[in-house]
Order: sequence, then structure tokens, then C-alpha cells
Amino acid sequence: MKRIALIALVVLVAASVVLAAGCKKADKNVIRIGFIAPMTGDASTYGTSTKNGFTMAMEEAGGTVAGLTIQLFFEDDRNDATEAVNVATKLATQDKVHAIIGAVTTSCSIPISEVCEANEIVQITPTSTATRVTMDPERKTFIFRACFIDPFQGTVGATFALDTLKAKKVAVMFDQGNDYTVGLANAFKETFVAGGGAIVGWEAYAKDDVDFSAQLTKIAAAKPDILYLPDYYNKVSLIGQQALQKGITAVFLGGDGWDSSELDFAAMDGGYFTNHYSPGDTRQIVVDWVAKYTAQYGAAPDALATLGYDAGKLLLKAIETAGSNDTTAIRDALQAIRLDVVSGTVSYDADGNPTKAAVILRIKDGKQVYVATINP
Amino acid sequence: MTGLLEQVFNGLQLGFVYALIALGYTMVYGIIRLINFAHGDIFMVGAFVGVLGYTAWGLPFPVAIAISMLVCAVTGVAIERLAYRPLRYAPRIAALISALGVSLFLEYFCSLKFVFGPNYRVVARPFEVTTFTVGGASVTNIQVVVAVVVLVLLAGLQYMLYRTRIGKAMRAVSQDHDAARLMGINVDSVISVTFAIGSALAAAGGVLYAVAYPQIWPFLGIMPGLKAFTAAVLGGIGSVPGAVLGAIIMGQVDVLSAAYISSQFRDAIGFSILIIVLLVRPTGLLGSRQREKV
Amino acid sequence: MKRLLLPAVLVAFYVLAQVLIVTGLLNSYWQLILDQSLIVAIASLGLSLIYGFCGQFSLGHAAFYGLGAYTAGLIGKLWGHGDSLWFVGSLLAGAVVAGLVAVVIGLPILRLRSDYLGIATLGFGIIVRVLMDNSGKLIPETGGATGMTGAPMVANFTWIFVVAVGAIFLVRNLVFSRFGRSWVAIREDEVAADAMGLNTTRAKTLAFVLGCALAGLAGALYAHRYPFIHPSSFNFLKSIDFLIIVVLGGLGSFTGTVVTAVAWVFLLEGLRAVLGMAFVDYRGVVYALILIAVIILRPRGLLGGKEWSALLPRLGAPAPGSRRRGREEAKGHG
Repeated sequence: MKRIALIALVVLVAASVVLAAGCKKADKNVIRIGFIAPMTGDASTYGTSTKNGFTMAMEEAGGTVAGLTIQLFFEDDRNDATEAVNVATKLATQDKVHAIIGAVTTSCSIPISEVCEANEIVQITPTSTATRVTMDPERKTFIFRACFIDPFQGTVGATFALDTLKAKKVAVMFDQGNDYTVGLANAFKETFVAGGGAIVGWEAYAKDDVDFSAQLTKIAAAKPDILYLPDYYNKVSLIGQQALQKGITAVFLGGDGWDSSELDFAAMDGGYFTNHYSPGDTRQIVVDWVAKYTAQYGAAPDALATLGYDAGKLLLKAIETAGSNDTTAIRDALQAIRLDVVSGTVSYDADGNPTKAAVILRIKDGKQVYVATINP
Repeated sequence: MTGLLEQVFNGLQLGFVYALIALGYTMVYGIIRLINFAHGDIFMVGAFVGVLGYTAWGLPFPVAIAISMLVCAVTGVAIERLAYRPLRYAPRIAALISALGVSLFLEYFCSLKFVFGPNYRVVARPFEVTTFTVGGASVTNIQVVVAVVVLVLLAGLQYMLYRTRIGKAMRAVSQDHDAARLMGINVDSVISVTFAIGSALAAAGGVLYAVAYPQIWPFLGIMPGLKAFTAAVLGGIGSVPGAVLGAIIMGQVDVLSAAYISSQFRDAIGFSILIIVLLVRPTGLLGSRQREKV
Repeated sequence: MKRLLLPAVLVAFYVLAQVLIVTGLLNSYWQLILDQSLIVAIASLGLSLIYGFCGQFSLGHAAFYGLGAYTAGLIGKLWGHGDSLWFVGSLLAGAVVAGLVAVVIGLPILRLRSDYLGIATLGFGIIVRVLMDNSGKLIPETGGATGMTGAPMVANFTWIFVVAVGAIFLVRNLVFSRFGRSWVAIREDEVAADAMGLNTTRAKTLAFVLGCALAGLAGALYAHRYPFIHPSSFNFLKSIDFLIIVVLGGLGSFTGTVVTAVAWVFLLEGLRAVLGMAFVDYRGVVYALILIAVIILRPRGLLGGKEWSALLPRLGAPAPGSRRRGREEAKGHG
């Protein structure tokens, strides 16, 4: 037993020496970019989409930016906050990356932001919408995001419901363990109630639920004008179908989580959702993006892939402007950036959030149809 | 009161869906006392194969279910030979860990891109949903199909267990392996048959689940597996009617607490009631008063 | 000379680790993993007491880990702000809160046997998880489903190492005391233990409370080492992780639990390094296969019933319930 303990100690020493030797020193001609997303586990479908978009952005750069060679590091956070800290620490201190794109879920982005801020690494989260990623409560200056924040998107939805759809009564269903849906639901409620509307249904469900008949029966009895479903396409498809079976005639309304070719278009027909861009948008950049992605992956890009792509593009532009791999310079360039990306024209406000317009889309006859643009 | 009646029907639907999974679960559980964590994942595989059957391969619905049951029966027997049989006479917890490993393996393997991939897939139904009203409450044909299938399977299982020779052999093995062997029963075969039937039941359950909730993905089976385990324990370990009863009760509790108390605290209330029931009846509702050691 | 082996090894390990840290040979990432492995070891020791030694099948261990984390994190965030005294206080608070909750829930449910107890504890874990998700309404600083930040990161390697060593010695002393013997008696045959006049309720509750308190202590350390805590880190899958560690380490062996806890954390991280970016998808598959292989090859766990001899209180005394003791008694000793 003693021998085993001694051997174990020796192995520990050897391993750490080997690992330390593998450490790269900061190199003037290289830019190291890390990417963190759930690649395995139950959120891996979201991670795969985001990674597809990010990879395309990096491929388009052709391996170099501002004369620096790009080195990519992909890490899996398994949608677990502990693992997120582990991989972020690994990327920061062992691989010595200059920037990180990630994570997908807020419960991973927030801890990663703490690590990045402490190590002065630029972070752009493509898809995390909670305000606390960039502000807690003060601005973490190295942290940015590529997507809307929940208060903005929820407000857009509520304003559309009040002004355009002229709704008086709304029922909301949300996943109580998912900060994205909780954030949107709360933001929507605040604005809608302030605008004189009434929330006639406020029902929660759990992450793995597939049967919503209990909640929907209650909601059907309240006869709302609108059913607000701010969750991802997979959940929303199930809820929508069951709502129709329960005879609910309310109009469906949702957020950018709906944006996917896997949405059940038949069930959600007639519904509206807030999104970053419209696939029918005639801007060249959108047309090219949809064509490229469809050609490579055989399906239209969803919001996650688009945001992954945009985050990558934003970072590359900031590096180009900064002209070096100095993270402070990149951070400053990013803060001052103004770039046309697929999801709009992005410039950053003091909170690290992009000021860009939202669009309202409608699901009609199996397609997404443009309805309106809402400017911030 | 139509609201209440409809909620009761909702609870029944949910309960019958849980029962679908709990049936196969409790069979294996009753015969070899194994908490088969992989059951939920066989359920998932069954759903995928069945759906592939009636969508991509264009088979008629009953044929697709049959193929799915066959594939899962074979898979179940293979798993038993490779991962559980070596541990049959080891402490019971070892087989449980192995089952956990199998469960994780199935989930992650099926998430690989060349297998099923990690995405949620919305799938078409093999027949149209029709809704009709009973006493003012809306009921769908799928709810009726699920309920009928569960009751038929329950009757079939009970018949098999108590009226056939293989059933008698299974009951003998569940009481005492060595005594069964002394009576000339081939314990290995009986256990393989048990797994085959249990997995086939899981597959059938999976396909019906995919019809009721038409969305499949590799981690589909975790929650249903957990609910099945809970239902089986609530109903009493090893009792097939108990598992169905436990499942129905769980369904009612889930739905009624979401409807009349709070949908946010539904799981908390559900499990609180479960704990209280267990405190009053420590061996489950229909379980025998046996002392168990892990 | 033999008596000096254990302290010597501990001191040597600590000094070595500190040297590696200070010189930068052990970078922040591996430091974090080492700290995580010790925290997981402390929590696993708790489950080892409850299940490994006392035989009570608890599937809700992560809930107590989480309770300790939130308690200590809140104290550190609101009042402690990194002060050492407050830090120790928050560690104790985490353990105490977990222990108190364990008393309240344990007294009624420990009457249940094995799988029924498993379901009850699993259910309790889910109840705690739901409460954590909704905690933001009561105490906004916890953040509810968005998670909690702001606890001071003061748990460094020294603190964690000291607490881990303390926990190991606490568990060692408990196991070799009359409490430990009563727990093993209950594990082996509760009816017989009862018939021998043992107050089984009191003994089981003690094991449960102490085990959950250890989990709370580990959670408290976790909250001061990781910048963010979120309810999803304390779900039943985490409880199952602890169960895997205790079983693979060997029931009735706290050495096994500690070694397996450390190895398990390093294995999961090591798979990341070994598989690299190309095979990142396969990490779960490989882990599952390793799990199955290990349990089939060693069904009683790596160190079932055996302890590292240097950790034994009297040199040569076998662990209670171990096979060696049985053989000695059969020979007519003991």
C-alpha cells in the first residue's frame, strides 16, 4: 500500500511536469481562440448548431487574421457549470487563449465570464441572454454577447402583443429551471402588464416534461388571446400540438428559440416570434449565409448557428482592428465595433450588449414570413 | 366540473404512459431484483427504431412496432449476457452500477452523429389525432389507444405469469435461484426470456410514447425511466398490477397538483406525497411485507 | 518508524503540491481539478458513511451538497466577503444546515428499506432542486434558476487539503469506534442488530446526519472555490455520481472512497485530454464503458472492506466487517 502511494506521488509529479512542459508561451504570431459549448450530453444539439456556425466563420477567415495564425481549441462543457469552470480555466491558464466564444447556456456562460474577466480574456457568448453574463452588478469589461438580452426581447414581444395584435389577455408557459425562458417570461409580463394587459395564465413546467395537458387545460379555461411560449423549438412544438388538441385558439407568440427547421410548422402555423433576422431578408449577407449553411449542412441555419457565426465574425473583425493578439486591444476594438453581420448591424452599448434590431416573423404555410422590424 | 373531469383524464393519460414503461421495468425488477437503469434507454431505442420503421422505411405501423420489439428484445438479451450476468452473484449494487453504465453508454452512443445524432426530431404520427368529448372533457384517440394497450399488456403479463409454465418458472426464479435450479429450471434461459420480454415491452412503450408525444432524441428515456422506477416502488416491488397502480396514482398526483396547487411546485408536491405514502405503507401499495437487503 | 509514515506522507504530499503550485509547474487548471477532487472526496466520504458502512441506500446526497453550497455561499456573499473567520463560520454553517435538514428528513424516512429508501431520498433531492430553482423569490441573492455568484473565492488548496485530511480522520475515527461497529452491524443484518439491543434508529440517523453534514461541508468548500453555483449542479445525476464513487471504491472502505473520488475526477478530465478535440463526442461513451468494465472486473469495488494500513488506528487492526477480521476470529483470535 505504501509503495502504491509513493508510485502515485511520482506519477503526479511526472504528469504535472509533462503538462507544464506542454504549456505554450505567448507567441507574437499566433492568436488562440477557444470555443466552449455543450458537445455531449442533453444540450448537445444546441452546442452542435452553435459550433457549426462558429466553424464556418473561422473557415472563411482562411486560417489567419491580421497576420496572426489562428489556433482553435474546442471544449465541451456538457451543460454543467462545474465543467464550464474547469474548461475555461484550462483554456485560460494552460492553453493560454486570447479569446473565448462560449458558452451556449447561461449557467455555463456566467461562470466562464468570471474566469475570463479575471484572466483578461475576451469572451463573446453567442447565445446567452441573461443580463448577468456581462453585468454582475458592474460591467465585466471583457465580456460581450452576440444576441439580445432577455429584457429587450421580452419587451419587444409584449409591445407587439399589445400594439399590433391588440391582445388583452395572455397566458405564459415557461420552463422554470431554464433562465432563458424565465427571463423572457418575466420581461414580457412586466411590459405587458405595464401596458394595461392582463396575464391570465402563468404556468411552469420542468425541463424533461413532455405532457402539458394539466397546464393547458387550465389555460384553455382562461381563454387567452395569446399564448406566450418563450422556449426552444423542441418544447414549443410539443406544447403547440397539445394546445391545439385542447382546443386552444389563442395565437402563439415566442422568441428566437423558435428559429429552427425542426420546429413543427404545422402545429405552430399562424404563430409569431421575435428573431434576429428574417430568412427572406434580401441583404446579401443573409442570402449568402443561408445558402452556404444549407449547402454544407443540408438544412437551413437556426438561430444558434447564426449567432455562432456572428460571434466568430465579430471577434475576427475586432482582432483585425486591434492588429495584434493583445487582449486589451481586442477588447477595446470590440467595444467600439460597428459591423454588419447576419443578425443585423451590431454595435455595443456600455453593458456589452449589441444594439441591433429585432424582427417579428410569422409561421405561415410551413415557412417563416417577415412581419416587422423593431429597432431598439 | 368539466375542468376537474378533464384534469382527471389528463392524469389518467399521463398515468397510463408511465405504466407503459413501468410494466417492463417491474418485470425485470421482480424477477432478478435489478433496478435496470438502462430500461429507459431501451425505451428510447425502441422509439427510434419504431419511428424509423413507419417513417423512413415506410412499414405499416404494426409491423414497425413488431420490428422495434424484436430489435430491443435482442438488445436486451445481449446487454444481460454482457453486463449483468457476470454480476449475478455479486452484491446487488454492482449490477445497479453496471446498469448505470449501460444506460450512459446507450445515451451517449446514440447521440453520436453516425448513430441517431443529438438532435430533437419532430416525427410524423402514423395515424391522425382525433378529439372527442366525454362528459364535456376532451379526449384524444391516442389517449384511448395507450390506455387500451396498457390494460391488454397488463392482462397478458398476469396471464403469462400465473397461467403458463414459463411464467411459473419466472416466479420460481424470482423467489430463489438455487431452488429453481434444483427443480430443473434453466435459470439462465429464464432470465434471458425475462429480459427479452421486458425489453420488448419497453420498445412497444417507446413507440406509443413517440406517437403520443411525437418528438424523439437520445436522452428521451431518462425521465420516463425515473418515473417508471418510482411507480414500481410506489406500487410495491415486484408487483405488476402494483406498478400500473403506482403509475396511475403518480399521473393523477402530477396533473392535479399542477392544476390546482401550483405548476411550479408540481414535482415537489408529487414527491412529497410519494414520501408520505411510503411512510404509511413502507413496502409500497401492493408490495409484500418482505425484508429487503441491498 | 511505521507510525511516522502517515504524517510523513501527508506532509510530503502537501509540500510537494505547494511547490508545484508556487513554481507554476502545476497550472491553475490542474490545481482546480485537484481541489475539485478533494471536495468530491469529502462529499463521497459522507455517502460512504451512510451507504458504505451503514447500508442506507441514499440517492439524494447531492441535495445536501447543494444545501451546504448555497448556505455557505450566501453567508460569504452577504457578510463574509472573504474574511477568514467568516469563511470558517460559513463552512460550519453549511455542514450544520445540511445536518439539521438530514435530521428532519431522516427521522421519518430511515424506517424504509433499501429501494424504498432510495426512492424517498431521490424524491427529497428533487424537492430540494425545485426549491432551489424557485429560491430567487424568497432570497433574491440566490438567483434562483439563474444561479448565484458573488461568494468570495477564498478556499485555496491549503484550506481544502486541511479540511479533507480532517474529514478523513473524522471518518476513520468514527468507523473504528462503537458507532462504526454498530453501523456495520446494521448494514449486515438489521434485524439481528436490533435483536442484540442496538438502538438502530439512533445509529442510522447518526450515520445519515453525519454523512449529510460532510456533504454540506464539501458543498460549502465548493461554493468558495467555484465562482458560480446553479441548481442543475445538484440534481439526481450528481447523487448518482457520488454513488458510483462509493461503490467503485468498495463499500466499507473509506480509503477506497477517497482514492476513487480523486481518480474519478482525474479520469473525467483526463479523458478530455486523451480524446482530444477530434473525439470529444466520445467522452461519455468511453466513460460508460470504463464504468462497466471496472464493476465487472471488481464487483466488490477496488478496495472492498479494506483500508490502507497506515490509516488504521492501531497498526494491524482490521476494519470492522472486513474479511480479515472474520478470518482472525475463525482462527480463534479476537
